[in-house]
Amino acid sequence: MLPLNATIVQINEESPAVRTFFFDFQFETMKPGQFVMVWVRGVDEVPMGLSSKNSITVQKVGEATSKLFELKEGDSFGLRGPFGNGFSLPSEGEKTLVIAGGVGAAPLAPYAEAARSVGSEVHTVLGARSAGDLLFEKRFAEAGEVYISTDDGSKGTKGFVTDVLNSLNLSVYDRIAVCGPEIMISSVFRLLKERQVLEKSEFSLQRYFKCGIGVCGACCIDKSGLRVCRDGPVFSGVQLLDSELGKYARDASGRRVKI
Amino acid sequence: MYTLTGLKLKNPTILAAGILGTTGASLCRVAHEGGAGAVVTKSIGPIPKTGHPNPSMVKLDCGFLNAMGLPNPSYPSFFQELEIAKKDSGVPVIASIFGGSPAEFKEVAKGLLPAKPDAFELNVSCPHAEGYGAAVGSNPCLVEAITAAVKDIVSVPVWVKLTPNVSDITCIGNAAEAGGADAVVAINTLKGMAIDIESGYPVLGNRSGGLSGKAVKPVAVKCVYDLYTALEIPVIGVGGVSSWQDAIEMMMAGAAVVQVGSAVYDRLDVFSEISTGIEAFLQRKGYSDVKELIGLAHEMV
Repeated sequence: MLPLNATIVQINEESPAVRTFFFDFQFETMKPGQFVMVWVRGVDEVPMGLSSKNSITVQKVGEATSKLFELKEGDSFGLRGPFGNGFSLPSEGEKTLVIAGGVGAAPLAPYAEAARSVGSEVHTVLGARSAGDLLFEKRFAEAGEVYISTDDGSKGTKGFVTDVLNSLNLSVYDRIAVCGPEIMISSVFRLLKERQVLEKSEFSLQRYFKCGIGVCGACCIDKSGLRVCRDGPVFSGVQLLDSELGKYARDASGRRVKI
Repeated sequence: MYTLTGLKLKNPTILAAGILGTTGASLCRVAHEGGAGAVVTKSIGPIPKTGHPNPSMVKLDCGFLNAMGLPNPSYPSFFQELEIAKKDSGVPVIASIFGGSPAEFKEVAKGLLPAKPDAFELNVSCPHAEGYGAAVGSNPCLVEAITAAVKDIVSVPVWVKLTPNVSDITCIGNAAEAGGADAVVAINTLKGMAIDIESGYPVLGNRSGGLSGKAVKPVAVKCVYDLYTALEIPVIGVGGVSSWQDAIEMMMAGAAVVQVGSAVYDRLDVFSEISTGIEAFLQRKGYSDVKELIGLAHEMV
């Protein structure tokens, strides 16, 4: 597919470095956790998790996202997707734990909403650097109970999401969905493994994407050789046992870089 | 068992260069889960390259357009991946290499040699990397010199992957053969481009790139057909092969074995599917050996 032309209809300032861009059509078949390739014409094309059927939520980190931040309502960008596998939805009556760190909350907000809408009890552990960086607190709160952690203690527990998790009984949950910076998700991975609940968990991974459609192999992870863009980005915790998670990733040239 | 330039292959399907070949683990997965008879790595060069900006690959109705720009970690960093592939894939591993000159090709081959690749495939055909690939591969003298330079320092087979973006591919094939190539691989992608009409921007980050997939198969069949006539050495057919029927067609044109690239988009086990299909076809038609198929179309005048 060639990129669709997406016109920006609304921009929400979520925090100083994070904006949500709503565009003029809906990815009706989108599963929370799936991503789109966002083409900032003339600059680059980067993967972004969908924060709803018609929005992406972007953190300003590099050239493409900086350029995206210069766009205004009425401007457009190219979009391909939705790609990859999303988080699996719970069944009615199942308990769901959502663990979101930083901009990792973007694909998890629609997941919490979808889980709630099928009749799951949803609890969210939402972490950020400080109170002003917390994303989608209201959306998570409307889906269920929210536990907050901030690095600086400006809201909720002072510390990391793992500090909140330490105080929770994880065995009561049927599903655990995790997304956030790799340092965070790898600590969560270790904790869930220790608490023997890994088989109930799913993690969304970030790797450098080149083709984005599962052909080039730039985003393959060790030791499984699974493609993050196509076989992921959401993997079960069990699939990530003995993997490179939290240890290293590969840069655009394919060189291993320490996390 | 298929023998090709001295390599023993369980089946006649090979993973093409540039596809799922950045990591050793991924090459192993294509061999185990995908069923490939051999695998070719991503093209590796003398220095790390990040490649062209994205979009670097798009799916069209008729095939795929890509301009990756030879992203690779360079031979010192790829060494460990090659070792993993060699240790765990269970199939022959062919190192695809590129450079801008005979000396650079030599340097990369020499650097990877201790990891013991089963063969080298010289990429003199990438259509969208300045100073590399087709930029050197459309010059017969340079192709001969590069092939000879690598042959000079390695004892494993050397394959040369040819570009179809020349007026006469057999001329380049002859040059490779003259340089001592053990086989040629035909074809790499055809120059192509797509434009986003909403904005007027060329879609690929590099503006233009190479076309692969279904659309290029007839071009590949013709190139293989012509090379089979012109050369003594085996021709490895690649370009738009996504089914056993495509593979048989390529073999009847003259391909000893086939490589499969873009078709992994549809399914990873396309290799098993193709090789099983070929076996069934041979049985149904009463052929005792696949060799009876190779170049068959040349006899049907």
